[in-house]
Amino acid sequence: MKHFLAFTQKEALEQRRSGKLLFLGILFALFGIMNPAVAKLTPWLLEVMADALAQSGMTVTEVTVTALDSWVQFFKNIPMALIAFALLEGSIFTKEYQTGTLVLSLTKGLKRHTVVLSKAAVLTVLWSAGYWLCFAITYGYNAYYWDNTIAQNLMFSAVCWWVLGLWIIGLLALFSVLSGASTGVYLGTGAVALICSLLQFLPKLQKYLPTALADGNSLIYGLKSPADYMPALVIAAGMALGCFAASIPIFRKKQL
Amino acid sequence: MDMLHIQGLYKNFGEKAVLKGLDLTVPEHSIFGFIGKNGAGKTTTIKTVLGLLKADAGRILVNGEEVIYGDSPTNRHISYLPDVPAFYSFMTAEEYLQFCGRISGMDPAQIRSRCKELLLLVGLAEEKHRIKGFSRGMKQRLGIAQALLNRPKLLICDEPTSALDPVGRKEILDILLAARQQTTVLFSTHILSDVERICTDVAFLNNGIVELQGTVADIKSKFRNDIYRLETGSDAARNQLLAAFPGMEAAQDGSLQFRQQCHDVHAVLGFIAENRLPLTRMEQAEPTLENLFMEVTGQ
Repeated sequence: MKHFLAFTQKEALEQRRSGKLLFLGILFALFGIMNPAVAKLTPWLLEVMADALAQSGMTVTEVTVTALDSWVQFFKNIPMALIAFALLEGSIFTKEYQTGTLVLSLTKGLKRHTVVLSKAAVLTVLWSAGYWLCFAITYGYNAYYWDNTIAQNLMFSAVCWWVLGLWIIGLLALFSVLSGASTGVYLGTGAVALICSLLQFLPKLQKYLPTALADGNSLIYGLKSPADYMPALVIAAGMALGCFAASIPIFRKKQL
Repeated sequence: MDMLHIQGLYKNFGEKAVLKGLDLTVPEHSIFGFIGKNGAGKTTTIKTVLGLLKADAGRILVNGEEVIYGDSPTNRHISYLPDVPAFYSFMTAEEYLQFCGRISGMDPAQIRSRCKELLLLVGLAEEKHRIKGFSRGMKQRLGIAQALLNRPKLLICDEPTSALDPVGRKEILDILLAARQQTTVLFSTHILSDVERICTDVAFLNNGIVELQGTVADIKSKFRNDIYRLETGSDAARNQLLAAFPGMEAAQDGSLQFRQQCHDVHAVLGFIAENRLPLTRMEQAEPTLENLFMEVTGQ
């Protein structure tokens, strides 16, 4: 436990001093503000553009904005935040292989599973903090301007996206111990996500794939119920844990 | 007692055999020079001892315990200083040593006192900047400090002086020499003058095996008995000797050198007396490690 705390504090210090923590904080906060801002500005934008739209034959009628519009924006923006997070943090292991910094720590008796657990914990905490910060900001503004109760299954849909992020983090950890370079991590994670997205077109598989969790809009509009997403939620959480668990023995046998 | 014992170590990288049955024994409290050309397999041997590389065959014991690939428990006895130590550049020297102390399992009071002591020893006590601004020499000194932090039983240094200027080299060698009282030092290098300066024992690695191993004094005395150097007063006498004894060699300084196994020393002296050749000096030559290494490795 002492080793885990020491290594995790090192990771936290690195996140802080490298500026990654600040960048992620600003990124998630900005997305959090952007969601209600875009919804709030939509009527004004349409009014400004009314003349131009009228010339192309479109008539702009009065638009009523609700919290649902802001949440739709949230589910549109969060994939971009997740991609930015993965690109920024995808080198958390490989940078250490390339610079050789891990060798000195491991030859001091630091256990390899501690390295995996610590890095996985840091990624999980960063994603969770960033994601829920973004959610909280959007929720706060929505509550101030509109009424959040209009969005059905809001917390469940938010949890679905959070678990989807954990699944991506699990893949990042797994490909980080399998590959020696960041390119391998990005390609591996991207390939698995792409395959799952393509398999979404097969109706029989649809509800079991982690990528199904990205469909937050159907939940908030009440088009689908939480029960429809439970298999994907359980499988995504299981796969994330499985990836973390598999990373440990693979990393233990990795030649450094 | 032996601090490190390696028996029949084999390691291939694809088709290339790097270690071909290496045997090595490092006695406790020795400063052991592990000598070999670049690419001879020194770093491969060291990384296998540290459990960072998997051996194809062979057995390694550190302080009597077997090394296990991956998470080797024997690493608690070892500290390692690579040729180019890589640190967390966002930390200061003191922060890095404290981090090393914590992952080594030292208690906080011990970490504080040891950090202070070692930063003074390596001349970094006043350095408050982050490591990213350190020179090569400063990084190497910090490397030594981290390696000595937890008072290891075995300190493994992989070419620690290869990229340093003469002043930096002297500083590192002096620190290693002083460390001998507390630890055993395995010191891989291809700079033989460094080995002559501080090592008590040496092993010559060539072509994947240890060709020669022993204390520096034993090896030198063994070879000293075998090599003779003589100086004559004239070129004519020198040419006469070279013609009579084909195994004799002329050195650049004008002296002649021969090995006992090539020509009997009494026969050479008899020839000189018989032909009344001038002889100004004759001695058993003191071989340098460089001579020995060249001879042992057939260079």
